[in-house]
Amino acid sequence: MTEQEYIQARRSEAWREELRKNMKAKERGDRPRVHMPELDAEYRSHTLKEEVNLGLSAEQAVYEAARCLDCANPTCMEGCPVNIQIPSFIKNIERGNFLEAAKVLKETSALPAVCGRVCPQEKQCEAKCIYIQKMKKEPVAIGYLERFAADYERESGQIAIPELAQPNGIKIAVVGSGPAGLSFSGDMAKLGYDITVFEALHEIGGVLKYGIPEFRLPNEIVDVEINVLRQMGVKFINNCIVGKTITYEDLHEEGFKGIFVASGAGLPNFMNIPGENLIGVMSSNEFLTRVNLMDASNPESDTPVQKGKKVAIVGAGNTAMDAVRTAKRLGAERAMIVYRRSEEEMPARIEEVKHAKEEGIEFHTLHNPVRYEGDENGRVQRMLLQKMELGEPDASGRRKPVPIEGATEWFDVDEVIVSVGVSPNPLIPSTFKGLQISKWGTIIVNQDTMQSDLADVYAGGDIVRGGATVILAMGDGRKAAAAMDKALKG
Amino acid sequence: MNKIVDKEYFSENVVKFEVEAPLIAKSRKAGHFVIIRVGEKGERIPLTIAASDLTKGTITIVIQAVGASSRKICDLNVGDYITDVVGPLGQATHIEKYGTVICAGGGVGIAPMLPIIEAMKRAGNKVISVLAARTKDLVILEKQVAEYSDEVIVMTDDGTYGHKGLITNGIEMVINREQVDLCVTIGPAIMMKFVSLLTQKYNIPTIASLNTIMVDGTGMCGACRVTVGGKTKFVCVDGPEFNAHEVDFDEMLMRLRAYN
Ligand SMILES: Cc1cc2nc3c(=O)[nH]c(=O)nc-3n(C[C@H](O)[C@H](O)[C@H](O)COP(=O)(O)OP(=O)(O)OC[C@H]3O[C@@H](n4cnc5c(N)ncnc54)[C@H](O)[C@@H]3O)c2cc1C
Ligand SMILES: Cc1cc2nc3c(=O)[nH]c(=O)nc-3n(C[C@H](O)[C@H](O)[C@H](O)COP(=O)(O)OP(=O)(O)OC[C@H]3O[C@@H](n4cnc5c(N)ncnc54)[C@H](O)[C@@H]3O)c2cc1C
Ligand code: SF4
Ligand code: SF4
Ligand code: FES
Repeated sequence: MTEQEYIQARRSEAWREELRKNMKAKERGDRPRVHMPELDAEYRSHTLKEEVNLGLSAEQAVYEAARCLDCANPTCMEGCPVNIQIPSFIKNIERGNFLEAAKVLKETSALPAVCGRVCPQEKQCEAKCIYIQKMKKEPVAIGYLERFAADYERESGQIAIPELAQPNGIKIAVVGSGPAGLSFSGDMAKLGYDITVFEALHEIGGVLKYGIPEFRLPNEIVDVEINVLRQMGVKFINNCIVGKTITYEDLHEEGFKGIFVASGAGLPNFMNIPGENLIGVMSSNEFLTRVNLMDASNPESDTPVQKGKKVAIVGAGNTAMDAVRTAKRLGAERAMIVYRRSEEEMPARIEEVKHAKEEGIEFHTLHNPVRYEGDENGRVQRMLLQKMELGEPDASGRRKPVPIEGATEWFDVDEVIVSVGVSPNPLIPSTFKGLQISKWGTIIVNQDTMQSDLADVYAGGDIVRGGATVILAMGDGRKAAAAMDKALKG
Repeated sequence: MNKIVDKEYFSENVVKFEVEAPLIAKSRKAGHFVIIRVGEKGERIPLTIAASDLTKGTITIVIQAVGASSRKICDLNVGDYITDVVGPLGQATHIEKYGTVICAGGGVGIAPMLPIIEAMKRAGNKVISVLAARTKDLVILEKQVAEYSDEVIVMTDDGTYGHKGLITNGIEMVINREQVDLCVTIGPAIMMKFVSLLTQKYNIPTIASLNTIMVDGTGMCGACRVTVGGKTKFVCVDGPEFNAHEVDFDEMLMRLRAYN
């Protein structure tokens, strides 16, 4: 059956036919898009761990689900990198069968509760919804609904553990426990493989734990997903750095027949401008790791973190938004985004920018730092900003920021968080001899199979893409699992 | 969870631990370090691997209590578990036959120097170890150092043991007397700065092992960054050893005070 036929077959199930007839398309189309209930902006800007989005109620979810037209040609699915059967899960919500909806999500996604929260839906599934494409209306809230179904299943306590094939005794190693590693592990465990995940840090979850803050993605949600994998027999070994604690050769000696490298993009970029090593200037990775992984703002934690009063974050991606909102929550009086392009080019999810603004974050677009100055103790005191304007489009297709000559401005700051991207973690590329590495330091793989030049090594996620997204990392994990399984079964 | 199998006080505030960590014991080389964490609210602390025992599957660390986290570790006892031990981290020391090598270790820096002394000796070098401490009780590991050194010179600030004077006085004494091909130094940043200034004067290649503040130890955060030869380097992955003459020690000293 082709994908299209499969979609049609499910669409033709009697209950769905029935459901479609229940309400006129016009009536569905006239409904306004649901609003996500959220914590009050002033309140939440002082509370570090409470989730901002509160989730839809069952009534809201059913009401929103009815907006979906159950299209014969669901274009929304083209926007989803893991091909979630979008109308199929949404229609299950509409008919009130929430657990079934969650099951549909789990067919293709290992972490629906995560993706429902952090996917850039406005660029992916929702961007392709017929509402926005043809009807000039707000798209169906696919992300909110996905989160609803996954949360419902978790809160019901009836989490479905996927059916597992007979154990085949074949040992597979996974390097890194971020979304790519987790989704790969889930798929391979289902197929009966004996999976061991090696993680360098003391916590499992990768960026989901050390990067994305709890006010956006509670740790508990990630832990539930990890526990499902544990129940499926996946073993997790923390504090173990592949390439250092154990080598590629050790893995062979221990009988591992395949290796999936999902080591992420850990290396923070700096701008190499004067004063960047002053005290108080740090990478967003350092700041977020201290707060999220080490719980540094908790008085009981031994790890310190600086709580600046005038904090500038350089950059405007998801990481920058997370850092600036965290700084605000730690007590900053002024928490500012400094970005060299305009608001339109900001790479962050639109919802995060909106939330940040509501929380009182200042946005200084078309500004770029050129130097920092410190006090006599070496603590950063002020930053010099160059004002920019937009010129011709550059290689990325975005208009290139160019300095306006002579237009500079000093800002007083006591903390600066540099969030201008990350580079791939160099450890695996430098210790697995025989991999092909791009000039950006990413591992080069076959796009269809995720297989590298070393026949038993597959790779996916940020180590292959540079900095990307959770869902793309997961998609890579799934693709690699399917291809490795095929190769091993010959 | 890694079990402590042996503990010994070198002085009131300097403790040696032997810890079960079979994989690390197997893969570590001179110059490598580990990151350890004690308790769920504990800090990640970098410590050099001073020795390892392959048959027992243990590593040895020597730690000086200087603040809350190092104190917490020193208070552990045989049979206790360290919550996390990860490593080996960093680049191993580059060992080859240089000729005459001065190994200048100050205070607790003598411990991480020990495996380097041993490796340098095994590579056929003439090893002159210069050990320095504030006072007699803080001179640690002298016997073990002597085992692999052609000569040991001890310096104390107060003259209670060995020669009275700073580590630099001891080094200069050797330089004035014979040809020195390499100097390796580990100790407080301020000490390494002055060792570096001295050997620069005499044009002796010098390696310093830097002990910056760290978080992850795997190149992910940049907390450990220093300026070396005008470029920013991450001590945990590019180091911890660097050409001392290129290190901006003043910046490093400043950054060590970030949380004081
Ligand atoms: C603050 C922040 C916010 C973000 N927000 C979003 C968002 O809202 N939406 C979105 O889609 N994306 C977001 N992203 C991006 C997204 O998190 C990443 O694209 C995704 O996590 C990549 O997954 P991964 O599995 O490739 O790697 P990672 O999640 O980076 O995991 C890699 C893991 O491998 C471990 N590791 C590395 N080397 C080794 C080794 N040698 N041995 C053992 N373990 C190793 C690392 O410690 C790490 O735990 C955000 C990223 C950050 C930093
Ligand atoms: C690669 C590396 C290897 C190391 N090896 C050893 C070792 O073998 N034995 C050992 O005892 N220590 C070693 N250190 C230093 C050790 O990590 C620190 O002493 C420890 O982190 C201090 O933590 P604390 O909470 O007890 O003290 P804090 O409360 O953090 O600091 C107390 C005092 O120590 C200073 N300090 C803080 N961090 C460091 C540091 N990294 N180095 C020097 N002074 C610091 C502070 O400026 C302050 O004055 C090493 C450090 C690095 C980076
Ligand atoms: S996984 Fe992401 S892109 Fe796919 S449907 Fe869900 S929210 Fe949309
Ligand atoms: S395109 Fe929109 S309306 Fe159509 S099936 Fe997808 S979500 Fe529903
Ligand atoms: S300690 Fe984090 S990069 Fe070195």
